Amino acid sequence: MESYLIAILTIAGIYAVLALALNLQFGMTGLINFGVVGFYGLGAYTSALVTELLGLPFAAGLAAAIAVGAVAGAAASGLSLRLSGDFLAIVTLGFAETVRLVLNNEDWLTRGPRGFIISTRPVPDTLGRDGASLFYLGLVLVLALVAFLVLERLRRSPYGRTLRAIREDDLVPATLGKNVFAYRLQAFVIGSVLMAAAGSIYAHYVQTITPDNFTTPIAILIWMSLVVGGAGNNVGAVVGALAVTAIYEGSRFLMPFIPWLNAEQMSALRFIIIGIALIAVIRFRPEGLLPEPVNLPPSRTAQSSTSQQQYQVTGGTAS
Amino acid sequence: MTALPLRIEASGLTKRFGGIAVVDAVSFQAHAGEIVGLIGPNGAGKTTLFNLLSRVLRSDAGTLLINGIDATRRAPHELATLGLVRTFQLARELDRLTVLENVLLAARDNRGERLFDALCRPAATRKSEHAMIQQAREALSIVSLAPHEAKPAAALSGGQKKLLELARCLMSGADIILLDEIAAGVAPHLVEEIVDLVARLNREHGKTFVVIEHNVGVISRLCSRVVVMAQGSVIAEGSFETISRDANVIASYLGQAA
Ligand SMILES: Nc1ncnc2c1ncn2[C@@H]1O[C@H](COP(=O)(O)OP(=O)(O)O)[C@@H](O)[C@H]1O
Ligand SMILES: [Mg+2]
Repeated sequence: MESYLIAILTIAGIYAVLALALNLQFGMTGLINFGVVGFYGLGAYTSALVTELLGLPFAAGLAAAIAVGAVAGAAASGLSLRLSGDFLAIVTLGFAETVRLVLNNEDWLTRGPRGFIISTRPVPDTLGRDGASLFYLGLVLVLALVAFLVLERLRRSPYGRTLRAIREDDLVPATLGKNVFAYRLQAFVIGSVLMAAAGSIYAHYVQTITPDNFTTPIAILIWMSLVVGGAGNNVGAVVGALAVTAIYEGSRFLMPFIPWLNAEQMSALRFIIIGIALIAVIRFRPEGLLPEPVNLPPSRTAQSSTSQQQYQVTGGTAS
Repeated sequence: MTALPLRIEASGLTKRFGGIAVVDAVSFQAHAGEIVGLIGPNGAGKTTLFNLLSRVLRSDAGTLLINGIDATRRAPHELATLGLVRTFQLARELDRLTVLENVLLAARDNRGERLFDALCRPAATRKSEHAMIQQAREALSIVSLAPHEAKPAAALSGGQKKLLELARCLMSGADIILLDEIAAGVAPHLVEEIVDLVARLNREHGKTFVVIEHNVGVISRLCSRVVVMAQGSVIAEGSFETISRDANVIASYLGQAA
């Protein structure tokens, strides 16, 4: 039971990174990425190939996944953002499907649907089985924490304000001198990098990856996490990922109570339960459990007395 | 007579929509310190001309110089750097950002807007943001929106949203400001305030304005020169007195509007 909990938390942590990355792209910048699993899977396989075929350590696999994620993110967004916004949604969807097809069919490299076995682990050999899984959970939490802190700093900064402005109406920041294309490209690439890094961590955690690990249902879970948690809110993205993972994994425990369902029906039922939760949130809390925070202005007392005076003079005549 | 430098110098600007030239080989100039009125009936192509001057739309022909620099093929965001900003006929406030954030967005050279500085230089970011907040508050108090700074922009009235756009233009520090029907739908006492403000910014800060406006009173009080457009072309140009006596103008616009 305890090891099961650790396993769920590890997966939830990885999903939290994916949800945080999607929050930067969609929640803050308004970029629609339907290809989350493409970047996730690309990171996983890149890391696996680098460590297993080249015999390099995990750190090299992670670095390669990050590099490939950046290049793929720049290519997908660079091509489509020059055109209209809706184009990105289609391109990312096509990208994920292409990644899946390549992983399935190039089996001289990826071993196709049989799965790719990974022996490299970023865990000291001296740890036992339980110690190793705890260590791995810690590793995932460190990645999630780093992602959270970086994205939260961006959200609170003037950079994040520009991203939100682009999300609201890109013509306004453009006419005020912001290079909208560059901002969108950066936000998309940072998100893709985080997704690829999550893929790398995932690959070395499960140690056997197949193209089926990176299909649309996972992308749907991540989108649901963000919408349930609250798009635009980093804490919301994490809470959403925890909630969705808890519901999805927790519904396994229903199995003994409904023995007449087979495994396939059971897995469909789990998605139905998450779907109902999603509908309930959208119905009763359309902005998610934790809506986007409002950046309230700092108090005026910190400001110089001259501007305060000016404010009072005009404030008196206004209205 | 020493000619003042040209802020805007457009020649032969043309924009076609589906074969129809909505702006047809228009040449347009604005000198430093001028307030130019741009009038004409609805559909004359005034807003489209603004879109060409701010590069929101790409022109099909013609050339554009802003502050003496060729802007014919520039991206819209480069125009703000060259010193030209604009408001929109339908106010484009950013609803989910606060009023103060809407203005802060217009800051030029705010370090924290750069990815590297936002991530790796928190102290420098905070310092520059602090200075910008002070400037933004000044811009807001100039347009009498200071008491509303913490509200989401969606909560402002229609007239206040226009004032917010003006505050953004001030914050940008640009020396050329295009105002597209900024007084339309604004309460009369606010119209007075806007007129006084534009006159003052022009007089005291030397800002150049191009003003699209249907309110003839506003045009006659503000503008040293008026350009009249109809059906995509400039049909008259001169002082308000001159153009209001022009038979063409009366036929195509003033007569119709009355
Ligand atoms: N994006 C567009 N596509 C097609 N026609 C347009 C577009 N924008 C403006 N027009 C047309 O161009 C003409 C001029 O419009 P506009 O510049 O808005 O006029 P004004 O601001 O002088 O009232 C109108 O007939 C309008 O319908
Ligand atoms: Mg118009």
